[in-house]
Amino acid sequence: MSAPPTAVARGSEGAATARARPGRRLRDAMPVLLGALLFVAAWKALVVVEGYPTFILPAPEVVAGRFWTAWTDGTMWPHAATTLTEIALGFLVGATSAVAVGILLARSRFAERVLSPYLVAAQATPILALAPLIALWFGTGLLSKVVICALIVFFPVAIATMVGIRGVDRRLLEMARAFRATRRQLLLRVEVPAALPAILGGIRVGVTLAVIGAIIGEWAGGERGLGVLINLARGSLFDTPLLFATLLTIALIGVCLYLVTVAVERRLVGPRG
Amino acid sequence: MGTARSMQALQRRRAITAGSARPRPNAPPTSPSTPDGVVGRQAGQRPAERAPITSIAPLPSTIDQDRGSAIRLRDVARSFSGAGAPALVALDGISFDVPPRQVTALVGPNGCGKSTLLRVIGGLLRPDRGAVEVAGERVSGPDPRVGFVFQEPRLLPWTSALDNVAFPLLLAGRPGAERGARAGELLELVGLEGFGGARPHELSGGMRQRVAIARALALEPSVLLLDEPFSALDALTRERFGSELLRIWERTATTILLVTHSISEAVFLADRVLVLSPRPGRVVADIPVSLPRPRRRSTLDSAAAARLAQRIRSHLAGAADEPVAAEAWGLPETAPEGPPGAFPAGDPIAELGVPAWFDPFGREDRS
Repeated sequence: MSAPPTAVARGSEGAATARARPGRRLRDAMPVLLGALLFVAAWKALVVVEGYPTFILPAPEVVAGRFWTAWTDGTMWPHAATTLTEIALGFLVGATSAVAVGILLARSRFAERVLSPYLVAAQATPILALAPLIALWFGTGLLSKVVICALIVFFPVAIATMVGIRGVDRRLLEMARAFRATRRQLLLRVEVPAALPAILGGIRVGVTLAVIGAIIGEWAGGERGLGVLINLARGSLFDTPLLFATLLTIALIGVCLYLVTVAVERRLVGPRG
Repeated sequence: MGTARSMQALQRRRAITAGSARPRPNAPPTSPSTPDGVVGRQAGQRPAERAPITSIAPLPSTIDQDRGSAIRLRDVARSFSGAGAPALVALDGISFDVPPRQVTALVGPNGCGKSTLLRVIGGLLRPDRGAVEVAGERVSGPDPRVGFVFQEPRLLPWTSALDNVAFPLLLAGRPGAERGARAGELLELVGLEGFGGARPHELSGGMRQRVAIARALALEPSVLLLDEPFSALDALTRERFGSELLRIWERTATTILLVTHSISEAVFLADRVLVLSPRPGRVVADIPVSLPRPRRRSTLDSAAAARLAQRIRSHLAGAADEPVAAEAWGLPETAPEGPPGAFPAGDPIAELGVPAWFDPFGREDRS
């Protein structure tokens, strides 16, 4: 009497196999390569046509060469490592506290009313203006950068968490309650997993902001880091190709971190109907 | 249904109800004065004085003392208060008993509080007045003896069918091995063996609802509450699903209370149909369904079934030949709760005298 369980859409498997096919991967990569090629060509054309000197706008191959030597002769790595540490710590601190506060905001109208003006105000105040102050309070070491990173990451993640948790389907919550979920279980087993796509959306924004936070923190004062290297290259070394190579490094770090969060998101969230 | 299987089920059922004959609804109703168990409620009658409706097929009193009712409601009332609006009385003085292993269908027009009633029995809503007992013990809050199946499957979209079935066990803190084994058994029971790894979105609507039924059975409840479980299914799946539910019922020892919009579904599935009146919800008729089991779709074509459906319909419309409310055709019912976006009473900003449009840090809910 039981209905034959035949007609089932295996949507996700189909998508998975399609993704793994090499031809498809190449086709996906094509626009990216094409865009990069056009960008570099336009850059080169600009340099050639306008005849800019290297200290104003170096040609792409000059930047590429400087990028290579900076990484091979050990100029870049210590700075990049410092900045990466700052980003990682700052992001971790900022994102974790933001998720916690976001949950609080979602749960309590009172907390939202009390806190949200300050949250918005803190986000609207330019972090660039706050950075020297933070450097003054927390020194020019790792701590001040972590604080700046955490501050800049906080807002998007907290708001995304709040909106995500509030948007959880009430019917799912009622279901969990019917099966006697405690408040804690409700949060950990239903609300947070259900809000995960939204939270990760905030984290995507946050991770790129964390890079900016670290650089700003280094500008406000520091001995090492990619922000410091930019200042050095521009000011004392007068090495514009190195400045561009540093910018390229920062951009690459941002892109890589973004891609990592997207990959994590794909793994954690997976296909949902 | 294969004969061998139904025999097996019968034997199993006998084993479950060993010693106590299962009450069959073919027997005449208890209260001869009200042939349908219709309760005429006179105006001004105090709720406490209202006679409880117990006119189901007669239970031998010995059983009643031995096992009691699976579900017992006494004068249950529940109303909802909206912001500013007068309280909405959803249920008013509902009393009935459901003996163990009976299938009872709740039928009623839109907004008569059928879903509210189910939530009160399941402990999801507290009644304003009256008492709800399941297996002789008072219900206070969500109850492990009650399994809930909602109108929609309400599966967790991020986990597999197996984990969804095991979800109540996870919440109850059962060890992983037990969870897996039990969930596997239940999936087999609902005919979904081999689909444990599938995510909800990979399953059809009927399969999802079957997963929901398996999940409701996970904690081995004595009572299964189903809130229009078929309303989201297409007509064909619905028909098959009814038989499927009866098969599951025969293999488990549950009492079933089912809310439905469909009279034919009620007649097909139930031992007894309770008809609720429009708001405020009251039981207006208690109709035993004395069709033989196991039932087939063809059972519905019989004259007896047609008469039963006619009787239910007459109570629904108030009079025999009035137009029947739209819900009889399975139109979706609107949720009895207030609008989700409504402000709770005592909005702090309103007290400050701030104009309503100026609320920069106001709620930012889903609309």
